[in-house]
Amino acid sequence: MSETVVSGAPQGMPLPQADTASAMLLGHADDNLVLAHRLGEWISKAPELELDIALGNIGLDHLGVARALYQHLGKTEYKTENEYAMGRTDREFRNLLLLEQPNGDFAHTIARQFFVDCYQLQLWPDLTRSGDEVVAGIAAKALKEAEYHYRFSHGWMLRMAGGTEESRERAQAALDHLWRFTGEIFDGSAASYREGWDGLVDDMLGETGLAKSEDPYQKTGGRVGYHTEHLGYLLTEMQWMQRTYPGLEW
Amino acid sequence: MVTTATHAHEIVARVVDPEIPVLTIEDLGVLRGVDQVGETVVVTITPTYSGCPAMGQIEDDITRALNRNGYTDIRIDVVYQPAWTTEWMSEEARSKLEDFGIAPPTAPSDIRCPKCREGESRLIAQFGSTACKALMVCSVCGDPFDYFKEH
Repeated sequence: MSETVVSGAPQGMPLPQADTASAMLLGHADDNLVLAHRLGEWISKAPELELDIALGNIGLDHLGVARALYQHLGKTEYKTENEYAMGRTDREFRNLLLLEQPNGDFAHTIARQFFVDCYQLQLWPDLTRSGDEVVAGIAAKALKEAEYHYRFSHGWMLRMAGGTEESRERAQAALDHLWRFTGEIFDGSAASYREGWDGLVDDMLGETGLAKSEDPYQKTGGRVGYHTEHLGYLLTEMQWMQRTYPGLEW
Repeated sequence: MVTTATHAHEIVARVVDPEIPVLTIEDLGVLRGVDQVGETVVVTITPTYSGCPAMGQIEDDITRALNRNGYTDIRIDVVYQPAWTTEWMSEEARSKLEDFGIAPPTAPSDIRCPKCREGESRLIAQFGSTACKALMVCSVCGDPFDYFKEH
């Protein structure tokens, strides 16, 4: 096994605090918001009507989780959910880099979802034991939804791997491309999720015969606000209305 | 004597789900309680799914129903704990759902077609017209139908 190469924040720059309880909650909220936006980008463009509806539904679940977490954070930080979602710049977002990656083809979207679902199946059970009962409640609800999302993304990984030569190649390419953003999931106190996540991913690889990427390169930085260029474009589109007409309500 | 909370509860309990109008929010288990705190009527509800887009509509409908009956001092609290489950749905609610054409929540092996009431069916799509439903097709009569997912 070769040594992991990590690339992230520029050397010598001060890093914002990432491991406080509220910073971590903000990271989880941002994860779900950014992923919800990405999934929403599929609406009207998915390969089949049923997939359009599925991706939209999964996106709505993630959006609901994000809103609940922002509302909860906002009670102590005196902010509205809109201020979190629409009023911050890319450097203030704390989501994982994996979630802001462009949808790419359907295989990329499914591989990203699969990696996220495997992660959230570790995260939410842990947070149901949170001392903060609101967080525990949100996590308990999100866990049931994550189980259902996993059935979808896992099912599609199997179908793509066992489909045509083309679908199998694309599934492998997606896993290879996105692998570099998976190491970041386990930074800091999230290290304990690694074993469970590895287990689910290895099971899928065993079932499909798809290969784990051997590229040692890992990109990090999302949890401290150093993002890939894609997040800026995403926020530009998502925040356009509030930036143009601040405080606008329906 | 009927207390304010009891009276307000009767009103709120009649609010229907905007997506499944044969069920009230009480049938669904979305309504968790109606209390009086000082002069304020406090309605506690819980979402079926985190991102259920009907929640905003349900809040508006509760407010309107209470307003129509003279209540103006209202607060609606959304709680997540304990997480909503289809186990809270009454037998009556389940049969109303089936009569409406939606297979009620049950273990996947027990799903039956709400039209011909036969038990053989298969899944067409894991995600249906709303967050709480999946799409099935009956193997006997051949009709597609919505299934309220066990959750």
